[in-house]
This record gives sequence, structure tokens and C-alpha cells, in this order.
Amino acid sequence: MVLVFLDQADGHIKKSSFEAACYAAKVAEMTGTTAEGILLGTVSDDLASLGKYGIGKIHTVADAALNTLDAQLYTKVLAQVTEATGADVIICSHNTSGKAVAPRLSVRLKAGLVSGAAALPDLSNGFTVKKTVFSGKAFANIAITSAKKIIALNPNSFDISVTDATAEVVPFAATIDTGKISVTDTKRVTGEVSLSEAEIVVSGGRGLKGPENWSLVTDLAKLLGAATACSRPVADTDWRPHHEHVGQTGLAIAPNLYIAIGISGAIQHLAGVNRSKTIVVINKDPEAPFFKAADYGIVGDAFEVMPKIIDAVRKLKAQGN
Amino acid sequence: MKILVCISKTPDTTAKIAFADNNTKFATDGVQWIINPYDEWYALVRAIELKEADASTAIHLVSVGGADCEPIIRKALALGGDEAIRVNTDNADSYFIATQIAAIAREGGYDLVLTGKETIDYNGSSIGGMVAEMLDMPYISHASKLDIAAGSAIAVREIEGGEETNQVQLPVVISCQKGMAEQRIPNMKGIMGARTKPLRVAEPVPAEILTSIVSYDLPPAKAGVKLVPADNPEELVRLLHEEAKVF
Ligand SMILES: Cc1cc2nc3c(=O)[nH]c(=O)nc-3n(C[C@H](O)[C@H](O)[C@H](O)COP(=O)(O)OP(=O)(O)OC[C@H]3O[C@@H](n4cnc5c(N)ncnc54)[C@H](O)[C@@H]3O)c2cc1C
Ligand SMILES: Nc1ncnc2c1ncn2[C@@H]1O[C@H](COP(=O)(O)O)[C@@H](O)[C@H]1O
Repeated sequence: MVLVFLDQADGHIKKSSFEAACYAAKVAEMTGTTAEGILLGTVSDDLASLGKYGIGKIHTVADAALNTLDAQLYTKVLAQVTEATGADVIICSHNTSGKAVAPRLSVRLKAGLVSGAAALPDLSNGFTVKKTVFSGKAFANIAITSAKKIIALNPNSFDISVTDATAEVVPFAATIDTGKISVTDTKRVTGEVSLSEAEIVVSGGRGLKGPENWSLVTDLAKLLGAATACSRPVADTDWRPHHEHVGQTGLAIAPNLYIAIGISGAIQHLAGVNRSKTIVVINKDPEAPFFKAADYGIVGDAFEVMPKIIDAVRKLKAQGN
Repeated sequence: MKILVCISKTPDTTAKIAFADNNTKFATDGVQWIINPYDEWYALVRAIELKEADASTAIHLVSVGGADCEPIIRKALALGGDEAIRVNTDNADSYFIATQIAAIAREGGYDLVLTGKETIDYNGSSIGGMVAEMLDMPYISHASKLDIAAGSAIAVREIEGGEETNQVQLPVVISCQKGMAEQRIPNMKGIMGARTKPLRVAEPVPAEILTSIVSYDLPPAKAGVKLVPADNPEELVRLLHEEAKVF
């Protein structure tokens, strides 16, 4: 059986878990078995409807003690579920929860872990999973040789597809320890789109000259329902908040569309954005290295080009597109 | 307080990524090796800051790898580690490396074990969590702030679309990322002092290997950029809408 860890925050299952569920369903199909889900904590979502992602059954441990993540606690519960259900492949998203839990579970179950998986496993010769390495500059094919296996899937790397099936929801009676970690504060960037889960990201670099010009980025982002990001020097000089910094030492993202304005495209910047499906670059220097990684581009002055782009998008949106 | 900082050797961030032996090995010709930036800039420097605030703190470094790790270990000592242990083995998988680090950590009895959030070559994000499970310690991953007060760690960790403050009694394993500290450059005194700081070589403990690298691939080359003239930016919007269909 293939078990997928459905990750939640604030009473809602995260989008990356739907992707992981679809991936799990596909792995189950490939290995001639079924996929089931496990949900820890209490949520207000309609769980039966998650069957549409291909999971026939969802085990729930609806205990409020599991509403925030304590990797040690979660791991013990997930190990119990794995044992009780006889799951031999466990799937989760390689998001902040997956990164905390999957390695611990790997040790507890002695299950080989591939984190940052980028594709379905290859079963032609053993069990091999492709993962991103060198910060997205390459892939490695990793053979998992243990009986139990864990795959942590890169967010935004597998297509979500739905059917009209529903899932059976079954409570799981788990033994839950007292957690050692207490969450004393939670801050969410409200009213903005979460950068790591965004479909579209609009990003600015030092070419924008100063924070006073950032409406060129934020206006476009608002029109597109996009998240905003920036290069490292922009965050370092406090033109923009630190959580917007993408790249080798910042956040690594893989949106459908990444629009880079006034960013040179240094190798360390590319390391965080090169998994984006479509890259658009606006830079006045035709030699900017970013153009080599781009799909579309304009060689031009952002201060002249961007207002026109924003206008054109506004018109498009006004037509109901 | 005793802190163990896990230090790994990675190719420089600008290294050319290419593969040899039928795409089964990373081509190391001409590659400069550095301390993994997360280990150096964040985990190690934060440990040094904690020592600066409380001089009774001891900072030990552990690196699992061959003798070619020693230059980076010496640099970490020059920055401010007190002593180092190198576990003398070729790196196998994450589970194997974590087993080695856990063995060293058990022996030393540390209050705080710090790792980087990930290595920039393997991108596992795994070793810290694995070590924590092996030691049966709590684990805070991807922390961007860390303070110690009254035997507890207070850390801010990244969550989707925000951050969360965690409090936990020591001992704890924490993986470190941006925000935790600022990069430092070793000074002359540090570099001279590092030569005589203890660097012990330990032999590996037996450990299983659960995964292995079969081969590497490079991503398919981009078709090339489609340039739109600067005097017609509306055309870019049209292409993105009608051709790329991204909005
Ligand atoms: C170990 C290491 C890790 C690093 N990690 C990261 C990381 O995670 N993320 C990151 O971003 N960087 C990182 N860096 C820094 C990186 O090397 C670059 O210095 C940085 O990305 C440059 O930012 P930038 O493109 O905004 O600025 P610049 O390099 O100054 O580029 C500005 C660009 O704007 C263009 N421009 C100027 N005026 C205009 C205009 N009017 N209209 C249009 N274009 C204009 C210029 O042609 C230029 O290409 C790292 C560096 C190191 C050494
Ligand atoms: N060979 C190693 N020796 C010591 N520490 C390591 C080694 N490999 C990884 N680490 C530590 O574990 C962290 C995460 O590595 P990884 O799980 O490979 O992404 C790194 O940032 C280091 O702090």
C-alpha cells in the first residue's frame, strides 16, 4: 500500500498535499496496489472529497495536539499508522513539514528516503527515483534498496488530476506522546500569496534602484494574483523583507511563471528559480546572464517597459481573462 | 553548554556542474571546495555568537568524509570552532552519514546539535532530522533565529507563508538557514590559532546504506529565449497569455 501524508495548517490541507496524493495514487497504480492518506490534527475541510485525488481511504488522527508540527510526535504517530496499515511506500511533500518529518520517519522505519523527488519512480530495474541536486542544476537517480521507502516530492512538480471518486474516512486510534516543542507564536504573511506555493511569482532586483519603485513589481503581482520575490542584495539592503529572498541561500521556488525584473541572473540566484516552468526576464543589459535561462525576455529599461506591461495585463484582465 | 556543529564540504556555488564516468560521478576537475554555506554562515557563526555571549560554551565540529575535508575543517576552526572530529569515510547515503554523526554526538553529550538546512550539492535536507531521531531528541528544521535561555532553545522556523516560534528544552537538534547570523571572514589570529586546535580522526561505526546514486542527468537545455522588442511590451503579454498560457 502507498500511504500519503496529508499536511495541514490552520485547519486546511495544503495544496502541496493534493499533489502528493495524486503522485501517491500513480505510484500505487504502477506497483499494483492502492493509495491511502493519513491526516494528523483537526481540519474543517471535507475529507471524503479528497478521494478525487485518487486515495480510497483516509486515516485521521483528529487530535488537537497534532495541529502544530512537532516532528518527533508526528513521526511516532506516522510509524504506528505505517505499521497498522502495512504501507511500504510513504509519500509526502518536500515542504517545511515534509523536511522535518520524512528524515525522522526514514530512521524510525529504516526506510530509504529520497527527498526533493522530481518524477515518478522508475521500476524497470529496482526502485529508482529522480531528485533535484546541485540546487536544481541537475538531477540524480537514486535507488532505494530498503524494503520500505519514503519519497518527499518537490512542490509544483507533479500535475494534479481529479476524478469524481470519494474517500472513506476512518479514525485511527494512535498513542500520542506529550510533545516537547511548544509553539509560542505564529506569523503568517497575510493578504499576500505564499511564495513557496504560488503559481506566478514577480521578482525584482537591484536594477529597480530602490524600494520606492517596487510598485512596478507589486502592481503586476496584484493583477496576476502572484507572489512577490527579490534577489539577495535587495533583501540584504532591506528594500524588501527577508522572506522574499530567493536563490541558493534563500527560498527555492518552482512556480509556473517567474518574472524577473532588473535581476542579473547570477548563478546563485538561478539556483533558487531554475525549476520554474516559464521564465520571463526584463533587463536593460542584453548580456545579462539571466537571458540564457529565460523563455521570454525584453531587453529594455524596466521603468519604461513595466508600466506598459502592467497596463496591457490590466486590459487583458478587464476583458475577463 | 556544548554545541556540535555539523560541517560538510560542497563545491563552490559557482562550480560548473558536469558529470563523468558515464554520468555516474560529479566531475570534480577544477572545482573549488567550500564549507557548505548553511553550515558556515548560519550554524557555525550562530554557535560562535552563543559562545561570545557565554564563554563557558564549547563548540565542537564534526565532518564525515575523507582527508580532503581537512581544509574546510581548518577554516571552520579558524572562524571559531574549538575542536573538530573527522569521521574518516567516503560519504555513502544520508542514513549512513547521520549514523556517524549520531555516534559522535552520543559520545560527546551535546546540548545543541546544529546542521545547515541542506547541502548545496545533494540538497537532502535530511541529516538533521535523521540525527535527531537516532538520538531521540526533538528537531526544529529550517530555523532562521535561535536563542538560548534558561536551558531552553527558542527558535523561529519557516512554515509555508510565514514563520513560527518554537520553544523546547535542551538538548535539541536544529537545522539552520538564512537569518540566523551573518557571514564572517576568518581573521589572521583565527587562522594561526586553527593550526594547533585539536582535529581528531575517528573511524566510522558500521551502518546500513538505504539508498545509492545510480546516475546523474542534466536538465534539458532551454530552447533559447524569445525576445520581444522593448517598444512593444504588449506583445510579451500577448505571448504569455496565448502561447505560454501562463495567465
Ligand atoms: C555564496 C553566495 C550565495 C548567494 N546566494 C544568493 C541568493 O540566494 N539569491 C540571490 O539573488 N543572490 C545570491 N547571491 C548573490 C549573487 O551572486 C548576486 O550578487 C545577486 O543575485 C545580484 O542581485 P541583482 O541581480 O539584484 O543585482 P545586480 O547583479 O546588481 O543586477 C542588477 C541588474 O539589473 C539590471 N538593470 C539595471 N537597471 C535596470 C533598468 N533600469 N531596467 C532593467 N534592468 C536594469 C542590470 O543590467 C543588472 O543585470 C549569492 C552570492 C554568493 C557568493
Ligand atoms: N558529510 C557530512 N559531515 C558532516 N555534516 C554533514 C555531512 N553531510 C551533511 N551534513 C550536515 O547536514 C546538513 C544537511 O545535509 P543534507 O541532508 O545532505 O542536505 C548539512 O548542512 C550539514 O550541516
